Amino acid sequence: MVLLWLVLIPLIGGILCLTAGRGNARAPRWIAIAAISLDLMLTATLWAGTPGSGWWRQFDRSWIPEFGIRFHLALDGFSLSLLLLTFFLGLMSILASWNEITERVAFFHFNLLWVLAGIAGVFLSVDLFLFYLFWELMLVPMYFLIGIWGHGRKIYAAIKFFLFTQISGLLMLAAIVALAILYQQKSGSYSFELDALRNLPLSPGAGRILMLGFFAAFAVKLPAIPFHTWLPDAHTEAPTAGSVVLAGLLLKTGAYGLIRFVLPLFPDAAGEFAPAMMALGVAGVLYGAFMAVAQSDLKRLIAYTSVSHMGFVLIGIFAGNPTALTGAFIQMISHGISTGALFIIAGALQQRMHTREIARMGGLWQTVPALSGAAFFFIMASVGLPGLGDFVGEFLVLLGTFQTHAVVATLATVGIIVATLYGLRLTAKVFQGPNSRDWVLPDLFPREWVVAVCMMAGLLWLGLYPQSFIDMFKAVVQQPVQAASSVDLARR
Amino acid sequence: MTRSAVTALLPLIILALTSIAVMLAIAVRRSHRAAVIISLAGLVAAFVSLWPASSVAPVPIMSLLIIDRYALVYMGVVLAASTALILLSHTYLAARSEHKEEFYLLLLLATTGSMALAASSHMVSVFLSLELLSISLYALIAYPRSEPLALEAGIKYLVLAASSSAFLLFGFAVMFVAEGNMDFRPVSATVTAGTTPLAYLAGVVLVITGIGFKLAVVPFHLWTPDVYQGAPLPVTAFVATVSKGGVFAFLLRWLQWRSADDKALVIILTILAIASMLAGNLLALRQTNIKRLLAYSSIAHMGYFLVAVIAGGSLGRAAATYYFAAYVVTILGAFGCLLALSDSNREAESFDDIRGLFWRSPVLASVFTAMLLSLAGIPLTAGFLGKFYVFTAGTSAATWALITILIVSSTIGLVYYLRIIVAMFSELERGESTSSRTTPGVLAELSLAVLTLALFVLGVYPGPLWHAIRTAAAF
Repeated sequence: MVLLWLVLIPLIGGILCLTAGRGNARAPRWIAIAAISLDLMLTATLWAGTPGSGWWRQFDRSWIPEFGIRFHLALDGFSLSLLLLTFFLGLMSILASWNEITERVAFFHFNLLWVLAGIAGVFLSVDLFLFYLFWELMLVPMYFLIGIWGHGRKIYAAIKFFLFTQISGLLMLAAIVALAILYQQKSGSYSFELDALRNLPLSPGAGRILMLGFFAAFAVKLPAIPFHTWLPDAHTEAPTAGSVVLAGLLLKTGAYGLIRFVLPLFPDAAGEFAPAMMALGVAGVLYGAFMAVAQSDLKRLIAYTSVSHMGFVLIGIFAGNPTALTGAFIQMISHGISTGALFIIAGALQQRMHTREIARMGGLWQTVPALSGAAFFFIMASVGLPGLGDFVGEFLVLLGTFQTHAVVATLATVGIIVATLYGLRLTAKVFQGPNSRDWVLPDLFPREWVVAVCMMAGLLWLGLYPQSFIDMFKAVVQQPVQAASSVDLARR
Repeated sequence: MTRSAVTALLPLIILALTSIAVMLAIAVRRSHRAAVIISLAGLVAAFVSLWPASSVAPVPIMSLLIIDRYALVYMGVVLAASTALILLSHTYLAARSEHKEEFYLLLLLATTGSMALAASSHMVSVFLSLELLSISLYALIAYPRSEPLALEAGIKYLVLAASSSAFLLFGFAVMFVAEGNMDFRPVSATVTAGTTPLAYLAGVVLVITGIGFKLAVVPFHLWTPDVYQGAPLPVTAFVATVSKGGVFAFLLRWLQWRSADDKALVIILTILAIASMLAGNLLALRQTNIKRLLAYSSIAHMGYFLVAVIAGGSLGRAAATYYFAAYVVTILGAFGCLLALSDSNREAESFDDIRGLFWRSPVLASVFTAMLLSLAGIPLTAGFLGKFYVFTAGTSAATWALITILIVSSTIGLVYYLRIIVAMFSELERGESTSSRTTPGVLAELSLAVLTLALFVLGVYPGPLWHAIRTAAAF
């Protein structure tokens, strides 16, 4: 039951925002904070509760019995950690948009809460139909967030984002339906349950095609090259909260889908495609990093670093090695925090300076020392400084991958070197040097202090005590990887 | 005539009597209110009589009609659609000066035709009910006599519908020559798979031409945009829903009786479906008039519908029927929103009419957004489940080419639905006058609310309707 509430609370909160928000700009913000804090606390109590094996908590009701569709939510350590991230970043993005959003505040928070509800639903559903439903549900409010409160070419960015996700989502739907029908041909009744479909024997051909259907959806969200072109536009034009949710959470749903569905449902096909997938991952790491070096727009730069970091996740998922998979998982969480934080910094700068052009900045450390210090911290996290979250993730991915695919790991390491380049270039151009344009800006407000400190704490926790999250992921690591790596061994 | 036959025919009888009552009422004294009340009462009574009718179903009425649960489901959808349409357009019509009472008369007659078509099992009854539907529509489309666009649309529909009826009739004649029987029911199926005489094939092609025209599938769609744009809004909504319902029902039945493994028929329908999905969505991209845009979108939706039809079997039939029900709810809601936005002089049909609507009247804009998202097939709405059933039917029949085109074209479709939504959410320029609008009226608001509710119920809790359709479609 508590799982249902995790999804319902933001939905109800969103409607409350709309009704309470007529002419009152403060009420929706506080309602949103209350709803998300409540969810965060619920998730935290679940964490403190009984971490058993299998599904920790379930909520299972029949929904469309003719097709065996169930309203089935289930929670394990993997989904729990992503839920924690979801509500944490949700809270941060509400705080970060406190001063930025002044128009149509109620509708903004309605959309934000509904996106978060959709994301929570994605992380919880283990019925494929329900999963698809939430998958699409998070699109519409996100579309509004970009399209109404965005900057510049917001309509273009919003529509591009929607179309990319929609076409790939429909491919996934076709694959889901095909799976259910194959199941029906074997067993006589339809089922969309992950646990039922997991044991469905598939012919190699069918497995390959269906896996690609799922992969299309997840690769667009991840994003993997060459499906990434929506990302720079959407991230750049979105308002701060939109960028945080996009980079911090929506990208993670792609990685989550790969680990939760693709690996267990299609172990053979996943093993077969692993080299190609890892090649895509390496391409993403390098391309994203090189593109980031060349950007002149602050948010675009951060957007391309996302492509690079998510490339590591893709490598880790398909490396067929428990260490690498764990690394991918840690990278998902810590990239969510570090990139989210960078977008919040970029948003704060944009609000103060009304520009995102790196060329127009410089020497900001003199006028906003605290903000610059925070920015430097998050840049270092993103570059992979030991002691912070991203380092653990990338290190584990490289360590695991090196054992199975040394070339891939070596090439991906180049990405980290380039990351240092863009990180230092960013620091030097924006924050260091002379303040030649004589910027005089207000430093961090107390509210922004809270956000920055919380996110720093999160990164330090992940960097210094990653074991607390690795433990939650342990159960998931075992089943899919065994299958994938056994195929891998058989191929040698 | 036996007692059970009369019971089974009750919906048709009641509706026919209602149209006579409306006619008499007009002869006694013109009163808009009286015409509305009588029509609504008749429609509701006919709807209620579906239950006694279904208790005796299936009942064959000579060889002309067959009243089974399947026909009754379609009759129910058509009756509900007509009722909603009258509620929605009541205020719209009241604001116009011309004679409005005959509108209801024609509407009832056309509805009767559509219902009879759903139950037809004989060439004669098919043709008669189709003509009853079409001839009422000629008058309905050209109802605002003073408007040149409406007249043009009426003439265009008249010429094309008449020639398509001629095709249909000729097709029937050729098939009669080939088979020696005018009854559609499978007893008469003398043509077995494999042997396809030329005459029979020619007959099938001609009949498909006639049906394709009514459904407005590519390449028989040329009338659609002009008629959708020229006809008054309530009639456009009627053309999109009720007039297609009967034809749907007949097409599905005919294919079932024709035996599903009829290769020629499947190939023809596949081509029509692919062409409709692609052409409809691509042409809709360039439209600036919302009525025209919805016309092209309806062409695409007929393509989706054909995917389920081609999949065949009781699953395909049920999927097609559910899709139709979902489509009716959605498109009625969409036209209902446009009706609510129209004032006494002109209809809301351009993007400018809805620009910034969300900031002017958020509820109406939200309803319209929900309808558009349903047309695009976004989850939680009826349109999504309709599409899901079509997907399932298509996938189990392994029609991969169709499924691929469906995916591609519905993504294209999303672009123009989003364009309308963007317009509604864009900023309103200061000083723009938007106050000339009349309120939609309580009845229209109520029926819009019911339609919105139905949209979400069909999208979230399909159980009861799907069950009813599934049992009905398993004939």
